[in-house]
Amino acid sequence: MRGSLQALLTRELALAFRQKGELLQPLVFFVLVISLFPLGVGPGPQMLQKIGPGVIWVAVLLASLLGMERLFRDDFNDGWLEQMMLSPVPLTLVVLIKVLSHWLTCVLPLLLISPLLAVFLNLTLDMYQALLITLLLGTPLLSLVGATGVALTTGLQRGGVLLSLLLLPLFIPLLIFATSAVDAAALQLSYNGQLAIIGALLLLALALTPFATAYALRVIQS
Amino acid sequence: MSCLSVNNLCCIKRDRVLFERLSFTVETGDIMHIQGPNGAGKTSLLRILVGLAEPDSGEVLWQQQNIRQVMQGYSSQLVYCGHKYAVNQSLTAAENLLYWCRMQNVSANTDVYPVLDEIGLVGLEHLPAGQLSAGQQRRIALARLWLKPARLWVLDEPFTALDSYAIDLLSRKMEQHLAGQGMLLLTSHQSLALDHPVRTLELEYRL
Repeated sequence: MRGSLQALLTRELALAFRQKGELLQPLVFFVLVISLFPLGVGPGPQMLQKIGPGVIWVAVLLASLLGMERLFRDDFNDGWLEQMMLSPVPLTLVVLIKVLSHWLTCVLPLLLISPLLAVFLNLTLDMYQALLITLLLGTPLLSLVGATGVALTTGLQRGGVLLSLLLLPLFIPLLIFATSAVDAAALQLSYNGQLAIIGALLLLALALTPFATAYALRVIQS
Repeated sequence: MSCLSVNNLCCIKRDRVLFERLSFTVETGDIMHIQGPNGAGKTSLLRILVGLAEPDSGEVLWQQQNIRQVMQGYSSQLVYCGHKYAVNQSLTAAENLLYWCRMQNVSANTDVYPVLDEIGLVGLEHLPAGQLSAGQQRRIALARLWLKPARLWVLDEPFTALDSYAIDLLSRKMEQHLAGQGMLLLTSHQSLALDHPVRTLELEYRL
């Protein structure tokens, strides 16, 4: 079982690095969107600091959606999904592996480049620290919930727009708590409460969404 | 001893009954050729038999147990080649097969190269599969029959896109599988040239 899971993960990573264009898309999109803001709202440092956390979070949401769409697309089209369903690995674990590889290849690069963007937007160290913690807790939640949405729309032609319509409203609570944590950090207040709520959302998603995603995949297969 | 048995199977798609009250058994050494016109439900039947789809009523039994309950044991005895190749276009032939073997828990040190040689893909194993022809991709998919020791093969139109040499190769492999107490279910619009009595199941197109 362990070997099977390892094989699936290495396959996902190998594929991601084989398709470098698709790997870079979310990252470039993320940097571009954020660098448009100073141009659009003016380069005043106070203004940028005020909108910075929200801008970064919204950009992360959109960028991770961009890479999300192809989570099950190729596997569904070429039949690999069928073979995975007929393997000894339970489908819920397959889903978790997929989510993990999406997070590693699409989201982790965004987190790695975020210090640079924090400087762009004039965030203080406290604010950046809070932002990074909310991102670390919140982005796996994006990937987990996103996978369910992707599984539901994979069989459709041009499911991309539908996917955004389906998922973005679900991410509103996450966005509210994450930006409120960073606002609290800006005022030197404690933001443990917000982190606890994001953490609880993450655990809930981790416990439930793999089953929902696996079920959705079975439904689109039959 | 009956290994795969089907009881009273019924499948309805878009308000059309594809088949109903379908019952048969497949024993070791049996080959079942499922025939019928396009749209008769051959692929739907195979997908129900391997557990990818649910029948509307009836059950599929593997060694007297419903496949839903013994899915893990059942899938370890099964190779399914659907009409989708399950060959990733960006990975090479060797990688496609290696990842599949490791996912299926086929012994970790399986060497895929002798098999690639036997099915005529030598020299192409390091090209991305997307650059190969349809027939060559089909060969990659069918190489799984060589790699995984399984008792039951379920093949959906295995001969499409293959040249006459590969068809012959696959037919010999099927005979070998059947002689070794294997079971084989397949759909094909071609007649089979096998040295083995072939049972046929005729599905008719129903309105």
